[in-house]
Formats: sequence, structure tokens, C-alpha cells
Amino acid sequence: MAPSVYRFKPWNVGRGIVWGLFALVLLVAPLLFTSNLSLTMLSQMGIAIVVCLSYNMLLGQGGMLSFGHAVYSGLATFIAMHVLNKVGVTGIPVSLIPLIAGIGGMGFAVVLGFVTTKKAGTPFAMITLGIGELVFAMSLMVPEFFGGEGGVSGNRVVGKPFLGITFGPQEQVYYLLAIYTFVCTAAMFAFTRTPLGRMLNAVRDNPERVEFIGYSTQRVRYLAFIISGFFAGVAGGMAAINFEIATAEVVGAVRSGGYLLFTFLGGATFFFGPIIGGVLMVIASVLLSEFTKAWLLYLGLIFLFMVMYAPGGIASLIMMNLRVAAFGKLRRLWTSYLALGGTALVVLAAAAAMIEMVYHLQLDNTLGSTVNFMGTTLNPAGLDAWFGSAFVLLTGLGLFEFVRRQFAHEWGEVQGEIEKEIKRRETL
Amino acid sequence: MSAGAPSGFAVELRDVRKSFGKTEIIRGASLQVKAGERVAIIGPNGAGKSTLFNLISGRFHASSGEVLVHGKSIDGLHPYEINRMGLARSFQVSNLFVRLSVFENVRCAVLWSMGYRYAFWKFLADLKDANDRTDEVLKMIRLDKRRDVLAMNLTYAEQRALEIGITIAGGAGVILLDEPTAGMSRSETTRFVQLIREVTQGKTLLTVEHDMGVVFGLADRIAVLVYGEVIAFDTPENVRANPKVQEAYLGSVLAEQQAAGAHG
Repeated sequence: MAPSVYRFKPWNVGRGIVWGLFALVLLVAPLLFTSNLSLTMLSQMGIAIVVCLSYNMLLGQGGMLSFGHAVYSGLATFIAMHVLNKVGVTGIPVSLIPLIAGIGGMGFAVVLGFVTTKKAGTPFAMITLGIGELVFAMSLMVPEFFGGEGGVSGNRVVGKPFLGITFGPQEQVYYLLAIYTFVCTAAMFAFTRTPLGRMLNAVRDNPERVEFIGYSTQRVRYLAFIISGFFAGVAGGMAAINFEIATAEVVGAVRSGGYLLFTFLGGATFFFGPIIGGVLMVIASVLLSEFTKAWLLYLGLIFLFMVMYAPGGIASLIMMNLRVAAFGKLRRLWTSYLALGGTALVVLAAAAAMIEMVYHLQLDNTLGSTVNFMGTTLNPAGLDAWFGSAFVLLTGLGLFEFVRRQFAHEWGEVQGEIEKEIKRRETL
Repeated sequence: MSAGAPSGFAVELRDVRKSFGKTEIIRGASLQVKAGERVAIIGPNGAGKSTLFNLISGRFHASSGEVLVHGKSIDGLHPYEINRMGLARSFQVSNLFVRLSVFENVRCAVLWSMGYRYAFWKFLADLKDANDRTDEVLKMIRLDKRRDVLAMNLTYAEQRALEIGITIAGGAGVILLDEPTAGMSRSETTRFVQLIREVTQGKTLLTVEHDMGVVFGLADRIAVLVYGEVIAFDTPENVRANPKVQEAYLGSVLAEQQAAGAHG
């Protein structure tokens, strides 16, 4: 199931269609989801998409595992807030603030990245971690810039209205962010098609050899880091306009970890993976956290399973199945997918019941003795609920494992047939 | 000869020494390779052949002495700086960009020499000269039909060919090949030697090689390296006849290969 073994490009022809669809989705999304909540979420998704894509420039394309990407998006958010607060004096259009923030993020990447990209691999990861902590610590030491504990807040409805656009209504903000999202995504995709973008892949695959074909790996990493810092900065500026506040947590390790986690979940091996990751990030942090207090635990579990069973993320799962479909063999796997999904749901439901009961015992006991779980009432104090969910969990796990083995076998067969078919076509 | 004086040689080693800890691997090796010459470096295992290559290509730095490429000292230079001086090397164990296609592998090796450097404002697809040169190299190494295959999915012989392709793609005048035919069958080796001859036409070639058939078929001159010293550097005939070489190395190897019926 290793995602890197094959390369499949179903949309070489229809690239225009894909970009058109992307623009269309950005355009009509707020017309389909009209509630206030969904408009807020859509705006946040745009920000998350840009920042995850910029992170993947390091992780997926350059093999650089950064634990401090929020430094660049976060510092840019602060810059953007300060610029926003001076719009009345300077007259800078609010719509250009993300761009200014991008330049700010790039500036920090020029300075801090010079140290960071001296090394690759584990030392690189360690340095990013160190710089992340450093900047976070600075946030309390330099209140002039970071605004102390309250952070820096502002008001985006300050500029002169242009064609009636004040950025007061969330809808106007959404469309501004959507434009930035589209342009940044296109620019980052274009980057992957340039000499530097390709050499970045080469540095990821084999830094040693790169040095013997005329390129300095350090320079390649540094330049990519700066460009990544620019787009992270744009995202930070977008966030400033959207939230109108910057607090120390935007440069923190938790934020950086989130970027890593969701970029990986979305899929670091494909360009569009982080787009999925960004959307998931918002869904998880806004919706999932509404449903349950244990959402971080669920997130951790999902991440764990993904790393173990689908290290290419959701994007690679999609691409693998598209390949199977392109060879007309997806129908054979349908039943297995149904069985896998069914048993997985059973396991998930039972596990969730137990997790919710634990959380209830530990945290919510004051709210009553029972847990409302998917339409039923569970009593965590009694044995019945525990016994029942344990029974369901074990049965589900057994069935799931059985189905999974069947599926793995079938999947292997299908892949073998596809390989044969490819060989046959090559000899024609 | 004073240190740093310009020389007319493509590669020159002046009393080069290299130690790892207390062990001296290269003990005062000197060598002068003329432009356009094909030189094979032979010697018993552990003689320091690969170390010598690593010193010339900048992977290691010499403990003392001097290495000159096109008359210029490479002291303290990075491998990429030496590469830009017109020296390229291959590796004993294939050293490819495994997750990139064959075409991308070669094109990466073409980019710098075509002046594209770290450009992120140009599209690769528009670089006609680089793409044409890549196709030309793929034809030379006979991988043009495999251009879209990932390097990791190539056969062993194909990987060896790609290794050579990456090495020559940048158009370097000095080519270092580290055991290019290692691990190949007899028939593959014969074909491969022909390929090496073709792609290094008019270039200076240094090669480390164990197969005496390849060595005598390919080289204008042979350097014999024993315990970190060049004990002989001459035409194949003279090296073969050299009693010092016979004693130190060649006698036993030739006898072995003759006994195995591999070569006469």
C-alpha cells in the first residue's frame, strides 16, 4: 500500500477543469451553506488550506519535518494586526494586508530559516522545535509586539469602502479569503513545476546526489523555506482579517503540531492532500469539538491509524482507488469496502461509548449519572454498559480483522492484475 | 613544481594523503591525468580506490597534499562547486532520486549546467533546451522507452545505466565512474562497456574497476593503487609487464581470472 510506488496522473488533460471546479466550489460554497457557522468555517478552511499547503512545501516536497511552522504564520498574524491597527493613518487597503503579512512571514523565514536549513533530517526538526519554543517564550517578553496576555486585537472595518466593500459582513471577508486561497494554491502548484520545485524533490529523495549535480542542498532548502514562509505569512494575514485578534497561541507548538497532523492526514505525497487536510482541520476543531470533549483523543487515534495503515494520507487512498477504478476493477472491491466500513463503524461506536463513559466519570459527574450516546442512555456507574460495549468492541474488532485480511488479499490480487496490465500495454 | 601552479592536466593529484583517525588510507598518491585520457584505477580491496574518488569529487577533503581539477585546486570546495568546474561522478551503489521518474532524474542533472540554477519563475515544461538535452541523454543510455518509470522501479542494469546518465547529463569534461559494471553479468558488462565508451567520447574518464577485461578494453592508461600509493601508472601493456605490479596485485588477479576461464 506504499503510496510512493506508483504515479498516476488522471488529470493531465483536464487540469483546466480541475482548477475551474476549484474556483467554482470556492465561489458557490457560501451560497450552499448559508448559516453563520458555515460561513465562518468556510473562511477558516481557506486559511487552513493555504497554511497546510505551505507546510507541505517543506514536509511532502522537501522532506523537511518542521515542528515550528506556526512561527511564520503566527508572527505574520501579529504583523497583520499591527498594520490593520494603523490603516487609519497609513491608508493601506485592508484587502492587501495578507500580502504584507506574507512579506513579513518571508522576512522571518529569511532570518530564522538561515539557521534552520543549515541542517536536514533530525537536526532540522530539532532546530524548528527550538525556534518554535523560543518565539513562544518571546511572546511574553515583548508585549509591545505580542500584546502581552491579551494579545493584539483590532477592527477590520477601518479602510475606505471600495465599491461598497467594508469587510464588515463575514460574506465579504469570505470572498476576500477565497481569492487569496485560490491564488496561493495556484502559485504553490506552479512552484512544483519549476526548476527549484523539482530540485526540492530531488533533495528530499537523495540530498547527497544533489550535491554532485551542481546544487547546494542547503541553498535549495533555504529558498524553499523562504517561499513556504511567505505563503504561511499570507495565511497568517488572512487569519488576522478573519479573527481580528492575535494571541500568543498562534505561534505556539500546538498550532504547529496541528499543521503537521492535518497535512499528514490529508496526504503529504500529493499536492492536493493538504487541501483535504485543511478542510478536515476546521471540521475537527469546530464541529468535532462541539460533539465531544474527547475530540483530541479521537483525533490522535485517527492519526495513529493513518500513520500505520495509510501513510500517504487520504489523498493517497483516493488516488489508489482512482487507479483501481481506471482499470475497471473497483466494482470487485465494493463488497469488501462495505464490510470494512460496517465493522469499522461497530468498533468505533463501541470504543466511543467507552471513551465517553470514561470522560464522563472523570469530568462530567456533576451533570448527572448517565451519558447520552447516539440516542441511548448509558450508565457508566453500572457494569451493564461497560460489559455491553466491551462485548460489541471485541466482536467488532474480530470481524474487522477478518474482513481486513480478506480485503488485503483481494487488494493484492487487484494490484497484481493492474501491474500485469501495465506491462502488457508497455510491450504493445 | 610549486604548489598551486597551473598544470595542463584535467586531474592532478600532488602527494595526496588522507587519514581516518590514526589510519592513513591514502599515503602520498600522485597522479596526472591528461585531458581526453581514459584512466582505470585498479588495486586490491582496501587499497583506497573509492577514497581517492571521494577526494577528487570533494566528498572528503585531503588531510594533506593537493587535488587539482583543470589546473585549479579544489581544496575546501563543496562537491557542487567541483561539479560546476566540470567534474561529475557516479557511485558504486546506485545513488538515484528514487521517487522521481527516469526523465526527471536526468533533467535534474541537466538543470545547473543549462544555467537554470534555483529558478522558481520558469516552468520546467518550457525549458526546451533542458528537455531536449534530457531526451538526448535518455537515448544515449537507452532508457528513452522507460522515461516515465520511477527510478525505484527500474531493473538493476537500468539503474546502473541511469546512474551513468545522471553523471554525464551535465556535460562535465571529467567523468569519474566508480565500478560502473559492478554486479552485472558478463553479457551485460560487454554491452555496458560499449555504452560507457560512447557516452564518454572526447571526455576525460577515470574509472575504478575490478573486471580486468573491462580495464584492458577501456583504458588508455592504468593506475595501480596499492595501500594508498600509486605504484604504477602506464599503458595496459607496460602495467601488465611491470614486475612490481605483478608482485603486488596483478599476478594473483590475472591468475585467478584465467583459472576461472573468464578471461585470457
